[in-house]
Amino acid sequence: MKAFWSRAGWASVALLGAAALAHVAMARGESLNALWLITAAVCVYLIGYRFYSAWIAANVLAIDATRATPAERLNNGRDYVPTNRWVVFGHHFAAIAGPGPLVGPTLAAQFGYLPGTLWILIGAVLGGAVQDMVTLFLSTRRNGRSLGQMARDEIGAIGGTAAMIGTFLIMIILIAVLGLVVVNAMKHSPWGTSTVAATIPIAMLVGVYMRYLRPGRVLEASLLGVILLLASVVFGGWIDHHPVLAAMFDHEGLPLAFSVIAYGFAAAVLPVWLLLAPRDYLSTYMKLGTVFMLAIAILWLRPEIHMPAITPFIDGTGPIFGGKLFPFVFITIACGAISGFHALIASGTTPKLITSEGDIRMIGYGAMLLESFVAIMAMIAATVLEPGVYFAINSPAGVVGKEALDAVNTISGWGYQVTVEQMQHLASAMGESTLFARTGGAPSLAVGMASILGTVFGEHLLALWYHFAIMFEAIFILTTLDAGTRVGRFMLQDMLGNLHPKLGETSYTPSVILTSALVVAGWGYFLYIGVIDPNGGVNILWPLFGIANQMLAAIALSVATGVLIKSSKVGKAWITGLPLIWLLAITTTAAYEKVFSSDIRVGFFAAAKDLSQKLAGGVLPPEKAAVAPQLIFNQQLDAWLTLFFVAMLWVVVLDMARMSRRYFARLPVRPSSEVAYVASRLV
Amino acid sequence: MRTYWLKQVWQRVRQLSGDDAYERYLAHYAGTHAGQPEAHAPLSRAEFFKQWQDQKWTGIKRCC
Repeated sequence: MKAFWSRAGWASVALLGAAALAHVAMARGESLNALWLITAAVCVYLIGYRFYSAWIAANVLAIDATRATPAERLNNGRDYVPTNRWVVFGHHFAAIAGPGPLVGPTLAAQFGYLPGTLWILIGAVLGGAVQDMVTLFLSTRRNGRSLGQMARDEIGAIGGTAAMIGTFLIMIILIAVLGLVVVNAMKHSPWGTSTVAATIPIAMLVGVYMRYLRPGRVLEASLLGVILLLASVVFGGWIDHHPVLAAMFDHEGLPLAFSVIAYGFAAAVLPVWLLLAPRDYLSTYMKLGTVFMLAIAILWLRPEIHMPAITPFIDGTGPIFGGKLFPFVFITIACGAISGFHALIASGTTPKLITSEGDIRMIGYGAMLLESFVAIMAMIAATVLEPGVYFAINSPAGVVGKEALDAVNTISGWGYQVTVEQMQHLASAMGESTLFARTGGAPSLAVGMASILGTVFGEHLLALWYHFAIMFEAIFILTTLDAGTRVGRFMLQDMLGNLHPKLGETSYTPSVILTSALVVAGWGYFLYIGVIDPNGGVNILWPLFGIANQMLAAIALSVATGVLIKSSKVGKAWITGLPLIWLLAITTTAAYEKVFSSDIRVGFFAAAKDLSQKLAGGVLPPEKAAVAPQLIFNQQLDAWLTLFFVAMLWVVVLDMARMSRRYFARLPVRPSSEVAYVASRLV
Repeated sequence: MRTYWLKQVWQRVRQLSGDDAYERYLAHYAGTHAGQPEAHAPLSRAEFFKQWQDQKWTGIKRCC
């Protein structure tokens, strides 16, 4: 009887999901209620989790709860600690979910809500969550080894090196693009800038409190920090109305970019307890709290989606970034669907905390589904805006025109009605001077969130909600920036240590300063170019980041597929093999188009050539001619970087194919590095 | 019943944030090192927290 009800229950979940999905896909009316998206998403996740992940866990990975995990065998009370599954889930989710799933869907909404939503759901259930779970499983069976080490042990030295270089370069691009998102959110916004600036001393105060005033009292210190952060949002509004103070925090993009660069350097050199660790606590609470609040607000409000299901921009002419639906929607949304970066977390801290192999499915697969849900909410927040407003906020001035009137005429010409008065009214309601051409996704997400949260929790507080959303995004973007710069520094020190051992010492001050400066200069360069680029920079950097992130995912899936083949599970290796083939297809196509397309909004070389011809012909306005040489150089550099990423990807995949061929030919391959079975004493 | 669940949640929150890390360290210490001849005295709360925090931040801890 119980079995019957269980079957009936799951059948209704499947039917409800199918109906909701069909409605989402077929609806072509005036608007669609966001509840349909939520329902479709939740049902897809439930079915994927209950059936697909359970099948993989039992039949492909053969998860064995009687086998002792590294946390149990190597328990040292420090990094290897058997931990409650919900606590590990929380740690893992907080580590994988950053600003990526918020920014990607916001940008991809230019194709309409449907393509991005489908990719987020299908990509997560069949790709991203599988990658995370399998990587977590492989690492748990190997004492928590990193992706690079596993690639080296299982496939060959080439894969390991590629994973390491890939990670380093992704970090540089990622930090640059995130820095750009923050700069664009702070540009000429005294309220936003002062609030973001206030997070630095607040984090330091929390750091001192935890370290010296009341050592180890993490929750007390965090509570203090959260209260101060909320106060800083309110106080920012006061600054905004103060003539002298407002002027102090009102800046162009370039000085803001230089402050972010200087901040990044300071954060990498200062001790972690002072800035990085406390900021991370605050950003984690903010992230979890806001995501939860947004979910409640969407359920409560059930907002209508105003963006069409599919826009004409699937032909590649979109204002936010150039390029057709295939492959660019799959590149733009990496985090939320499949993100290679997760493989680094799933093969880092998390496997050392897992008490039982039985928890792997919930943590690896489950946490990715939750991140995917965050991406769906970001998609909803972007598409509840009137399309005209969405395009006015997100289109760079270089595409729609610098003057407000030009911009609204261009956008209204596409069929998305918007007026200057409407935009001015919205900007003043949000407490900003303008919302035109605020590229990067953060301002439009903040407007979307403010309108959702404002309706539920107080309409007159729109400006407060807007700046709360900006602060919320900025605080964990800056955490990623701090943490990424520091990781980049460690990796660089590790590499330089091979040349000169002294440089490899993480406590040797000249080396710390040198390597930090090099890493900051790396992302600082891309950030600088992004700021001076009249097309906004995001349209160049975000696809580059997407390609790099998908490359890392392909490396992780290659390692997983290779291990499955080697361990005589050839017939089931498609669970990672098929996502791998799909990633190879989209990443290679996207890279090919970014390098060789003759469309100057897509192809890097074409853009460089076009700009140099215009420069030589003297048709550029003086302010554009001044930066043209740097933009030309950058386009060429980006083209070579893209080629490098895709070459790296193919090297790893071919190395895996070579190993598999040897296995099929019964030639010797590297033995499995799996640790032998030890019975768990916990079951 | 309700207080039991509240306690459970509070315990998870403390564990997730690391608020109880020192207590867990002391428990681990008592379980493994105490009574052994070469054992050092357990670290003080401040000393333990320093090491815990530094170690927590080595390696890739945050993603995109």
